[in-house]
Amino acid sequence: MRATDLEQERQRTIRMRNRALVAVLVGLVLLFYAITIVKMGGSG
Amino acid sequence: MTELSEAAAAAISCRTTPGAAVADYIEILKPRVMSLVTFTGLVGLVVAPGHIHPVLAGVAVLCIAVGAGAAGAINMWYERDIDALMRRTAGRPLPAGRMMPGEALGFGAVLATGAVLVMGLAANWVAAELLALTIGFYVLVYTIWLKRRTPQNIVIGGAAGAFPPIIGWAAVTGDIGWGAIALFAIIFFWTPPHFWALSLYRSGDYATAGVPMLPVIAGPRQTKRQMLLYTLLLWPVTAAPWLLGVAGSLYGAGAILLNGVFTGAAIQVWRDSGERSARRMFALSLLYLFLIFSLLLLDRTRGALL
Repeated sequence: MRATDLEQERQRTIRMRNRALVAVLVGLVLLFYAITIVKMGGSG
Repeated sequence: MTELSEAAAAAISCRTTPGAAVADYIEILKPRVMSLVTFTGLVGLVVAPGHIHPVLAGVAVLCIAVGAGAAGAINMWYERDIDALMRRTAGRPLPAGRMMPGEALGFGAVLATGAVLVMGLAANWVAAELLALTIGFYVLVYTIWLKRRTPQNIVIGGAAGAFPPIIGWAAVTGDIGWGAIALFAIIFFWTPPHFWALSLYRSGDYATAGVPMLPVIAGPRQTKRQMLLYTLLLWPVTAAPWLLGVAGSLYGAGAILLNGVFTGAAIQVWRDSGERSARRMFALSLLYLFLIFSLLLLDRTRGALL
């Protein structure tokens, strides 16, 4: 594999990792939001 | 290889290769193990007496799944040396050099901590403590202490895989009931025939890696005898949820049928000198546990469905 291909592959992997991390963080925010709403409603 | 040179080699490798991909992070969570563990945890939660808000129930199941994945990641970090020696595991992200050891350990530790804390906040701290105990037991007792030292590794270590229904139960009730212990016992006694079926046809791999699985130490004959014994023990153990009133007649009848099939497979393994029956027993064991817990689930929910 050429150096430029390798660099492109590396950049693509990093981009995918960043997107996954953003998705996880957004998921966590929504999760804590849902837990808070349920707990405040007295159902928990 | 020393720790320093291993770290240096991994660092160089990660600068010259794309590094760990998202799929590698998912792979070190052992998704297949995770799915069965999560399912048994869900069943524990559903059959427990009491009520939990559906959102909190979902969060509790998610925490069990993430906790199981975290334990798997830390297990892969610790076992990267023996994984590299076995055909079945040599392609995993760590032995294949796609991920640095520290990444796997950090990932597992963060997930484990997060899962325990969220379980405590969403459900209750009894369930959170049980989740922490399960992860700790799998990593410290099974992976680090027992696996490389004794052929009884999976008998005692199997308790880690048996805890999830208790965690699910505790998430609803806040304590550990007899019903939860019955579910624990089913997985605990199911684990040896399940793992030994696999290690019968992978004993060469385990011998190469120096892992003292029962077929390597005691031979196939003794292993097959032990497998049959544990399979027979599953008859009274699987009757416990019915006797305790956790499940009804649908479960009872289904369990008898499944135990008959499973015992038949164990007898076939015992009589067969080849490895085909062991492969079949391994596949059947996964189906057996899934169906036993599905019956528990069906028995509990059929009143609501009808």
